[in-house]
Amino acid sequence: MNEEPLLSVQGLEKHFPVTKGLLKRQVGAVRAVDGISFDVMKGETLGLVGESGCGKTTTGRLITRLIEPTGGTIVFEGNDISHMSQGRLRPLRRDVQMIFQDPYSSLNPRHTVGAIVGAPFRIQGIKTEQGTKKAVQEILELVGLNPEHYNRYPHEFSGGQRQRIGIARTLALKPKLIIADEPVSALDVSIQAQVVNLLEDLQSELDLTYVVIAHDLSVVRHISDRVAVMYLGKIVEIADRKGLYEAPMHPYTNALLSAVPIPDPKRRKERDRIRLQGDVPSPLNPPPACRFHTRCWKAQDICRQVEPPLLTLAPGHQAACHFPENAPSGSAAAAPQEPAAAPAD
Amino acid sequence: MVTYIIRRLIWAVVMLTIVSIITFGIFFLVPRLAGATSESLAARYVGRTASAEQVKIAADKLGFNDPLIVQYGRFAKGIVAGADYDYGPGVEHCPAPCFGYSFLTRLPVWPDLMDRLPVTLSLAIGAAVIWVIAGVATGVLSALRRGSLFDRAAMGVALAGVSLPIFFTGIVSLVVFSYGTPFRITAPGGSFTPFDENPAMWAYNLILPWITLAFLYAAGYARLTRAGMLETMNEDYIRTARAKGLSERRVVVKHGLRGALTPILTIFGLDLGLLLGGAVLTESTYSLPGMGKYAIDAITNQDLPKVMGVTLVAAFFVVFANLIVDLLYAVVDPRVRLG
Amino acid sequence: MSFLELKDLRIHFPTDDGLVKSVDGLSFSLERGRTLGIVGESGSGKSVTSLGILGLHKGGRARISGEIWLDGEELVGASQEHVRGLRGKKMAMIFQDPLSAMHPFYTVGEQIIEAYRIHNDVSKKVARKHAVDMLGRVGIPQPERRVDSYPHEFSGGMRQRAMIAMALSCDPELLIADEPTTALDVTVQAQILDLMRDLQRDFNAALIVITHDLGVVAELSDDILVMYGGKCVEYGTSEDIFERPEHPYTWGLLGSMPRLDREPTERLLPIKGSPPSLINVPSGCAFHPRCAFEERTAGRAKTEVPELLETEGGHLVRCHLTRERRRAIWENEIKPNLEAS
Repeated sequence: MNEEPLLSVQGLEKHFPVTKGLLKRQVGAVRAVDGISFDVMKGETLGLVGESGCGKTTTGRLITRLIEPTGGTIVFEGNDISHMSQGRLRPLRRDVQMIFQDPYSSLNPRHTVGAIVGAPFRIQGIKTEQGTKKAVQEILELVGLNPEHYNRYPHEFSGGQRQRIGIARTLALKPKLIIADEPVSALDVSIQAQVVNLLEDLQSELDLTYVVIAHDLSVVRHISDRVAVMYLGKIVEIADRKGLYEAPMHPYTNALLSAVPIPDPKRRKERDRIRLQGDVPSPLNPPPACRFHTRCWKAQDICRQVEPPLLTLAPGHQAACHFPENAPSGSAAAAPQEPAAAPAD
Repeated sequence: MVTYIIRRLIWAVVMLTIVSIITFGIFFLVPRLAGATSESLAARYVGRTASAEQVKIAADKLGFNDPLIVQYGRFAKGIVAGADYDYGPGVEHCPAPCFGYSFLTRLPVWPDLMDRLPVTLSLAIGAAVIWVIAGVATGVLSALRRGSLFDRAAMGVALAGVSLPIFFTGIVSLVVFSYGTPFRITAPGGSFTPFDENPAMWAYNLILPWITLAFLYAAGYARLTRAGMLETMNEDYIRTARAKGLSERRVVVKHGLRGALTPILTIFGLDLGLLLGGAVLTESTYSLPGMGKYAIDAITNQDLPKVMGVTLVAAFFVVFANLIVDLLYAVVDPRVRLG
Repeated sequence: MSFLELKDLRIHFPTDDGLVKSVDGLSFSLERGRTLGIVGESGSGKSVTSLGILGLHKGGRARISGEIWLDGEELVGASQEHVRGLRGKKMAMIFQDPLSAMHPFYTVGEQIIEAYRIHNDVSKKVARKHAVDMLGRVGIPQPERRVDSYPHEFSGGMRQRAMIAMALSCDPELLIADEPTTALDVTVQAQILDLMRDLQRDFNAALIVITHDLGVVAELSDDILVMYGGKCVEYGTSEDIFERPEHPYTWGLLGSMPRLDREPTERLLPIKGSPPSLINVPSGCAFHPRCAFEERTAGRAKTEVPELLETEGGHLVRCHLTRERRRAIWENEIKPNLEAS
């Protein structure tokens, strides 16, 4: 881990202003992303999980610089791209690509598959040795589509095949980093597995680095090397896959894991569940200090007054909680006092 | 909500000011570009018998030699506070809102306009009632029986309705229903009886213009309603309403139509606003003494103060209708937050 | 006779491209107090089945045949007006996306009151009281205040609770939930699943849960019906389906899912290809083009539609492979791969 990270995000913020009144004064801001930091190493997959409104999609759009951050820095391959102009971002657009959730609306219905997958070549003005068509057909084959379907239109394909077309498009320019925003959640179960496997194959074949944004914890566990859990614009826990799923430290991570329905009817009675009350609060007016305290069964006064910093509690395992679970004793954030452990319900 | 209304009202005033500046500019500049001088303009007020000297003095007194901005200022002040016009022979006071004097009749424009307004109001509102009922009902039935004979016939008629100009349908209806034919149901145009004088005669004299005007609009509303209904009847909440066990009638009216109504409301506000400024063609065809007829006459006679007056009143109605529509939007659709 | 019984239900839609056989010969039965999970992918016919039971499949053009018996009454042949009277009262439905399934222009209270008053001759005041009670019962805080809110003023989870309150307002005996938690966040999904389990116990209704999510089915169902291409391919208790599945499609679904309760496997085991179009359902066994074991049927799968046959104690499978063969494949080839080595 001595090498430079491919992508390094420090204190990233995105606030969307909210205006009100006669003069459109700014009265507040939706703190969609509110100071998050993480690194992504070359060749690894980072999973970003969280519920709606946690800022995971905004984070993806920030990294690809589809939107400009209000604070913090994004460093890609040693270059600070946080506030680069669109013109100077052009080379970056080759290296960082995005896969979208909905394979129906993200493909132009009036363009052939060849035109869609070949578009990046034309836009970036790249000449390929054997011609664009040949290059496109090779990519189609790579993602498991029939190269002879070059002249077909998106509507002639099923949902899973469309998602393959979307993936083919991102691969055209041999990117280094791919941001996949809910890449499988719009697909049927059997197709999800095909696409997950495809993403994994492509990663090892093309030496890709992924940031996978998803709400499905099981998919994220399957595909990621490291996982970051987001809640209301903050990262509450980040760790390697094994650490996060087997010894989660943040109560929110625990609650998320415990909420996932398990396809095993025998276990539904024996499981010890944590049930959170209510919905995620609005990011317009997030709770002060620890943002999770309104739903946390372990919350004490300190949680309402002091925001817990994201601390390294075990090697490669960071969590932002005053009363972390599964933390090795004597760690930096050892609880100031024993918390009441009983779940609220 | 209150701040929103205040903001919108301020905007409405700004809009009207801009419209008045533009119209004033056009009407001030255009005659001059066509070769008119201050004197020739003043001559229209003082009459042909006046001497050149008299005309020159009148032009001065009427302010035709002042810079454009001063003249606009006087015009705007007249609307807000009233103005005095000095023709030489005598000073006439024009109370607020003063839109100036007609070149032709030497009468102030505003009272004239107020005389014409009831005619246009009667025509526009009466026709609006007919076209909304007929258009929406046809649209709903068409949507529910999509592809049926009724649907195809109604949409064919609707297409004809939007395509045929008023002067055509108007004259045809006059020929068929008025001029002494066996189908005669109404007197030839040209007469208007105020509502408070004799409501029956009022309606009798207006029925043909109403139907002619309503036909044009009903056609558009039928198409719009049909499209809106086809969309809302596919919404999930319609399925929910059916799953609750509601009768089909209730599903269509209370859930479907209610959902399809918002765009219709928007168009309706704008259409009515425009019409209140004068249903030019209808009024001309039926010789109804409304604002539209007034505008046509003013234009033919190059009576600039009248044209400006009628333009501003029309602009007022459009801006005002827009405001009402936006406020109603918040009433109809609770998701719309005004702020 | 069971409380709900479907016999050879077929719902076909003629279209310009051909006949869409959304549901093609479906039979099952369900008792009060039991939960049936219907699992399938898009186009399997699972949603059309539920709409068909309620008589909500798109009116004039659909061709429906077979029998639906609800509490001793046949519904396919009954008058539309009669079925309408049962809808909302005897059988009710919960939809996937509570935001689009509730009318945006009426308050939550108005919509519940409407549902209640169609079937109960009570004053608005009484109905309103009932609406507040129902909202409280599904766990909405301050129901007397929230009853006057519009759907968009609710959070996603609260909206789905309100939707459930509306469906339960007339105390239905059959409740159909079509992807009830798909649009919700994970933690909220867990709350709604708990709520549905509790309410079903209180109301003692027959519950049909339609979903693509095997986890949700496992949480709620007593029995599970797996649909593919408009037909039932496997039916059994949830233990049968999760522990002794015998249809290759069920195996495929289980292999496609990453699972949190087991060591992660190196690779998922997806089903090849895509779900079939219902206009051009493959000949023979509809699943045969995607089936990994098709060649072991000696060509029968391509030409002959397999029967839905009992394999053991109410466990039904529609497959040409012999029972012994299926069990051997499950034990030796499928099950070991589902767990990480």
